[in-house]
Amino acid sequence: MGRITLDKVTKSFGEVNVIPPLDLTINDGEFVVFVGPSGCGKSTLLRLIAGLEDVTSGQIRIDGEDATRMPPAQRRLAMVFQSYALYPHMSVRKNIAFPMKMAGLPEDEQKRRIDSAAKALNLTDYLDRRPGQLSGGQRQRVAIGRAIVREPSAFLFDEPLSNLDAALRVGMRLEIMELHKRLATTMIYVTHDQVEAMTMADKIVVLRAGNIEQVGSPLELYREPRNEFVAGFIGSPKMNIFGGNPAQQHGAAKIGVRPEHIAASTETGTWEGVVGVAEHLGSDTFLHVHETGLAETVTVRVDGELPVKHGDRIFLTPEADKIHRFNEQGLRA
Amino acid sequence: MATQHARSAARLMLAPAVILLLGWMLVPLTMTLVFSFKQYLPLRGGDLGWVGFENYVRFVTSSAFWPSIWATLIIVGGVLVITIAFGIALALLLDQPMWGQGIVRILVIAPFFVMPTVSALVWKNMFMDPVNGLFAHLWQFFGAEPIQWLSQASLPSIVLIVSWQWLPFATLILLTAIQSLDSEQIEAAEMDGAPWRSRFIHIILPHLSRAITIVLLIQTIFLLGIFAEIFVTTQGSFGTRTLTYLIYQRVLESQNVGLGSAGGIYAVILANIIAIFLMRIVGKNLDA
Ligand SMILES: Nc1ncnc2c1ncn2[C@@H]1O[C@H](COP(=O)(O)OP(=O)(O)OP(=O)(O)O)[C@@H](O)[C@H]1O
Ligand SMILES: [Mg+2]
Repeated sequence: MGRITLDKVTKSFGEVNVIPPLDLTINDGEFVVFVGPSGCGKSTLLRLIAGLEDVTSGQIRIDGEDATRMPPAQRRLAMVFQSYALYPHMSVRKNIAFPMKMAGLPEDEQKRRIDSAAKALNLTDYLDRRPGQLSGGQRQRVAIGRAIVREPSAFLFDEPLSNLDAALRVGMRLEIMELHKRLATTMIYVTHDQVEAMTMADKIVVLRAGNIEQVGSPLELYREPRNEFVAGFIGSPKMNIFGGNPAQQHGAAKIGVRPEHIAASTETGTWEGVVGVAEHLGSDTFLHVHETGLAETVTVRVDGELPVKHGDRIFLTPEADKIHRFNEQGLRA
Repeated sequence: MATQHARSAARLMLAPAVILLLGWMLVPLTMTLVFSFKQYLPLRGGDLGWVGFENYVRFVTSSAFWPSIWATLIIVGGVLVITIAFGIALALLLDQPMWGQGIVRILVIAPFFVMPTVSALVWKNMFMDPVNGLFAHLWQFFGAEPIQWLSQASLPSIVLIVSWQWLPFATLILLTAIQSLDSEQIEAAEMDGAPWRSRFIHIILPHLSRAITIVLLIQTIFLLGIFAEIFVTTQGSFGTRTLTYLIYQRVLESQNVGLGSAGGIYAVILANIIAIFLMRIVGKNLDA
């Protein structure tokens, strides 16, 4: 079980109001990702759920039970920190055993769980090392191992992969998803990373300044962003947003078109511009087009093969049914 | 400092300081060593020639020797236990956010700035005086017979005075160590279900172990030589004659420089044994 409900939760640090009243329901077994710009309150929200910060007002319920004033240990949640927060003077085995030792589990049960966690996380050969003798990815796995053995009702991750290099991130991302499929335990995951959010989440929560801008599945957010902020935040590279004349032609204050929904051609098209930088990724090329009269830069995804170079003229055509319209308040029209 | 030339120039320029320091250290040590093999009584005939190991034998066989070793160990050990225990407690308290933190921290360090002689005199006259001392008044207030601190409880009194002086040092070192503890580790332990006591034993104390060994090492070296506190309070009576004080008495009160020097060499050996022993522990603790 791991159903978490936030009911009008607020948080202030002294005068500063970080989380205005916020409602959110996380269902049992869901993989929920919190995304948002730096400083928007993702970590704070996670720490409120964990019980490491007190809520200023409102209620947190875990499996229907009021947990607002419960100390962290009683909430049956496990957290994986960005810095891993391993105990440096204990061996990997002792690190993983620590929560079980605190819970007073019998020795043989402890050993059984350590062995199975170590096997699942490829840590069997490292059980007698200290955290200082492990690589970043291994440390991350130890931190996850320490979380798993408690058999919590939900896992909380605060940017767990941000200290790892790109290749390792992909591997760990898959491992965490694998783990989620296997355990079917609720997971709440904070990240900056677009790809992590899109690939891992059952449900994405987009936050801005402590407010929830939109909650939905990755594809919902991608296809129907509720406002300009979500539109700009979800998807990589960013959606192009134009105001003025081209927007009015579509009967909106602003329109947004994703780079992948604009066709580029060297002969004809709706809009015209000059190629700036071309980023070749192999499979795709991202063109930064200037002097279109729409916005300073328009980003377009084209086939890897389109023969254009800096300074060339280029014509752009948006896919008519993929244009997002927004009103003056930035809300989806 | 990479080139040969720069290195030899550096050596040349460092030489005066090194030679001065070496001389400073070696001359007294050599003189002590020389005197320790002589019968040397300044007021009773002066230098009476070589006597071999006689001074060494006499120093350890005198009835005052073992009691002085015990007194030394009790004072050093007592002060270490008190300063480290209270130092940890104070450091934990001072680490909490509180009103007037800066001022409180300065107040805690203050005793360290008071000279040993002065602090011992203040303790002796203001607190421990059996007639006018604050403690005597306190005891009388509760209807108890005032304690003759420096005669009835002489060793504990000296331990108390010296502890008061060294507590700030221990607190300061331990406080910086506590402040360097990653707060996420404590939070992780909290989530792992560790109550305060377990967090202290399993997380905070191991984190402090290095700082504790450093406090242990530095304080031991200084405490082996305490003198002023004994000189101005008990003058070595009532079982407070430490090795240092015994040597002082042999040289100045008995006017026996040879015997005192032999004691001095014993003190050097004792200090080295303890230092090597401590270095071993520290080395192990600092490597881990
Ligand atoms: N202990 C604190 N005291 C005062 N303000 C705080 C405290 N902790 C966080 N804040 C403020 O709350 C806001 C949200 O912080 P939080 O750490 O939750 O952001 P975040 O979304 O996790 O950012 P990042 O992505 O950079 O980690 C920030 O503006 C921060 O300055
Ligand atoms: Mg954060």
